[in-house]
Amino acid sequence: MKSSVIVFPGSNCDRDIAVALEKMQFKNQMVWHKETKLPKSDLIVVPGGFSYGDYLRSGAIAGKSLIIDEVINAANKGCLVLGICNGFQILTETGLLKGTLLRNKNLKFINKDIKIKVTNNNTKFTNKYQKAQILKINIAHNEGNFFTDPNHLKELKQKDLIAFEYCDENGEVNESSNPNGSLENIAGIYNDKKNILGMMPHPERMVDSLVSNKDGVNLFLSLLN
Amino acid sequence: MKITDQIVEKHGLKKEEFEKIKNLLKREPNLLELGIFSAMWNEHCSYKSSRLHLKNLPTKGKQVIQGPGENAGVIDIGDNDAIVFKIESHNHPSFIEPYQGAATGVGGILRDVFTMGARPIALLNSIHFGSPNHFKTKSLLNGVVSGIGGYGNCIGIPTVAGETKFDESYNENILVNAMAVGHADKDKIFYSKAKGVNKSVVYVGSKTGRDGIHGASMASAEFDDNSDEKKPTVQVGDPFTEKLLMEACLELMKDNSIISIQDMGAAGLTSSSVEMASKGSLGIELELEKVPCREENMTPYEMMLSESQERMLIILNDGREKDAKKIFDKWDLDFVVIGKTTNSNNLTLKYNNKVEGEIPIDALASEAPVYDRKWVRKKISKTKIDLKKLKKINIEDALIKIISSPNHSNKSWITNQFDQMVMSDTALKSGSDGAIIRIHNKDKAIAVSVDSSANYCKSHPITGGKQIVCENWRNLVSVGATPLAITNCLNFGNPENEKIMGEFAECLEGIKEACEFLNYPVVSGNVSFYNGTNKKNINPTPVIGGVGLIKNLSKPMNLKFKKDNSVILLVGKTFGHLEQSCFLRENYSIIDGMPPEVNLLNEKNNGENVLKLVHDNLVLSMHDVSSGGLIVALSEMSIASNYGVKINKPKKLTNLLEYFFGEDQSRYVLEIDPKNQLKVEKILNENNIYFENIGFTQKDYFEIEGELKTNVKDLFKTNNEWYNIY
Repeated sequence: MKSSVIVFPGSNCDRDIAVALEKMQFKNQMVWHKETKLPKSDLIVVPGGFSYGDYLRSGAIAGKSLIIDEVINAANKGCLVLGICNGFQILTETGLLKGTLLRNKNLKFINKDIKIKVTNNNTKFTNKYQKAQILKINIAHNEGNFFTDPNHLKELKQKDLIAFEYCDENGEVNESSNPNGSLENIAGIYNDKKNILGMMPHPERMVDSLVSNKDGVNLFLSLLN
Repeated sequence: MKITDQIVEKHGLKKEEFEKIKNLLKREPNLLELGIFSAMWNEHCSYKSSRLHLKNLPTKGKQVIQGPGENAGVIDIGDNDAIVFKIESHNHPSFIEPYQGAATGVGGILRDVFTMGARPIALLNSIHFGSPNHFKTKSLLNGVVSGIGGYGNCIGIPTVAGETKFDESYNENILVNAMAVGHADKDKIFYSKAKGVNKSVVYVGSKTGRDGIHGASMASAEFDDNSDEKKPTVQVGDPFTEKLLMEACLELMKDNSIISIQDMGAAGLTSSSVEMASKGSLGIELELEKVPCREENMTPYEMMLSESQERMLIILNDGREKDAKKIFDKWDLDFVVIGKTTNSNNLTLKYNNKVEGEIPIDALASEAPVYDRKWVRKKISKTKIDLKKLKKINIEDALIKIISSPNHSNKSWITNQFDQMVMSDTALKSGSDGAIIRIHNKDKAIAVSVDSSANYCKSHPITGGKQIVCENWRNLVSVGATPLAITNCLNFGNPENEKIMGEFAECLEGIKEACEFLNYPVVSGNVSFYNGTNKKNINPTPVIGGVGLIKNLSKPMNLKFKKDNSVILLVGKTFGHLEQSCFLRENYSIIDGMPPEVNLLNEKNNGENVLKLVHDNLVLSMHDVSSGGLIVALSEMSIASNYGVKINKPKKLTNLLEYFFGEDQSRYVLEIDPKNQLKVEKILNENNIYFENIGFTQKDYFEIEGELKTNVKDLFKTNNEWYNIY
């Protein structure tokens, strides 16, 4: 499977995701933001970091960069797109995903391991997970507080477009297991066609038990499936 | 413009220093030249008060590739891998403007590391604040923590370890020390020494603005009530630009374009150009109208003294300008040839072809003043604390008081604001004795830790100096690493006060002795004097940042108990030394007497043998005993793991408070699987290492036979409260 990781000035999880993809046997290439042609890809990853220093608004400038039209075209043609953290923010700025990521409720950057639940395991991204499986995964963001309008929220639920929800170790989804104030504990969402996933937690940080755990591995194996 | 006494004073120069300048130049300097002298001759850049003492420190060893004098120290960790690291203070700016002060402290130390060709892999910090009750402390804490996080998180280097302390001696002068650690190929290290005449001097990075003019001079003076007026001398950081600059420099370093490279840190363009020329015994000529400026009508004086961040000076090999510029264009950064090296041995500053200033390089560097400041030895305190004369306290109450205190509370409120995981090589995060960072794509790792013990240093600077080196060494051993070398950040008060100078001299004696004995050389560092306000000086606070090597990282060692029914061994002798202890400070507000004695022989033997046990896979978890004594060490292991302990009453020492809270040195708590107990005891006995079998781990309860039994969950709660309610 061929993957492309888009690199913006200020991306800083680009190496981590490349390492994870290569470890999982993806044929990966890095694509600089000034490129105007995207190499043929089965998966496009928009990585985490602080693209353009988060200036103006997280993801706003990257959402208007040269390469992004190519990403939008490919996504509309059905190419799989994964946006992690800042990548999720960028995808909402492009309109590929609806909703937005607000400042964390406690107004602070948060880095810690938290729990999420696989809400929908019937997608290209999550088919190797059990339904409602609980994952321990790292978050690291300032603006991860997902918000959207009531109609979109309804749509997310009706069409099963919620990918992950923050929960506690027993899988309970409640306020105390919500690290950043996200609407209904939403940690990741799909677009209508479920070929685009945006998520705040970092699966690429969870592929090596020496530094963390392997709870992120199945996301990549699902894509290869 | 005539240089008046007032102008000289405003530049932080003494009368006799101004006379020396006139002698060196054989004429009066103009304002630009005076500004440059003030930038180079201030304490921060010239080390004029500390140099005589610093040169006594051990800086050599088989493991050392580059000692002090470069942008950072470099050590060898085998297989062509080198570790580049340094610690630096940003105390004064952080007190005036906490967010930007702390952020640019991180930015500056990162540049020191990647300037040498290393990719930064870890950040650490040591931050000291005033009393939590002081009205400034809360906002300073908030600002500094978000500043450190704001910079490190954005540039994408994990902040993996640190220490945070509160003491009223920092009420009006906080300490913010930042350490950066990088990895380089041993055969691809870059230095600042210029070579060759007529080589292009290139300015890269951000544009120059009017921020931070005279920052280094500001950092070389005590504060007074008008310190807020110094705000414009604080620089403003832009981690995004630094990220681009870092990537661009590392990309350029892949080929052979660079002769030498130096970041523009304190005293900006002045110190970088002078240092490069001085090291290469060359002259340097700058055409200042070419300097990329952020603001209009900047004068040569402002350009030379600006401390705008995220800038570098590079001397390039002939004909490499075009290719090098391509790289900086790619990253949208300025790249301008602003001058050349010369054989004049002068710093020559031109503006539109007119010479605006000309100073012999030697006058700025090697001729800078060196002071043999008067100092006095600290009187030894003979106070012995008699517990019988103090109000009775039980062990549990004393323990709770300590682990709920600001200095011992769990610091996840702070560390959760730092990205500790980015780069995906952090094998052990903060919360243990040290952090472990894997070398990318390899089986080996380094361990890092920063430590200070200002109370010990205040009461007896020689012992204090020794103790911090040992504590740092012990912290690396406790995560299974072989300690290799240190960097130090020496934070002291006013060196013109002979008692303060005495604290400095004696702390350095202690550091020297311990480093020599442990073969633990100093490879880089920084001195910060004049930490005080209105003549009130801070406690002497040398901070040690250590790096150790783990050759084969199969299972990172940490302080979490792994299971119940393990045997708990205490390695090292317990004498019950309570003077200067956390127990007396937190429970009785007594800060008196001598710190615990440091026996370097025991330190080395205990550490080396414990390390052998770790390498033989005989240790399940481990923690060193430090502030708070044995019981606090045990509670930290329990709180981190949710396993309790059952500790026997000690047989020899009768006073339980002394036994459990004494801060005797060179001690470790080890968790041993019962099946390995005999083997471990045999090894320790054979090597004449003193140890005691003090009990075992159990589920749920933290227990001392007949004295105390409490739920680990409650201890956890007690330990995690303070920051969240502060």
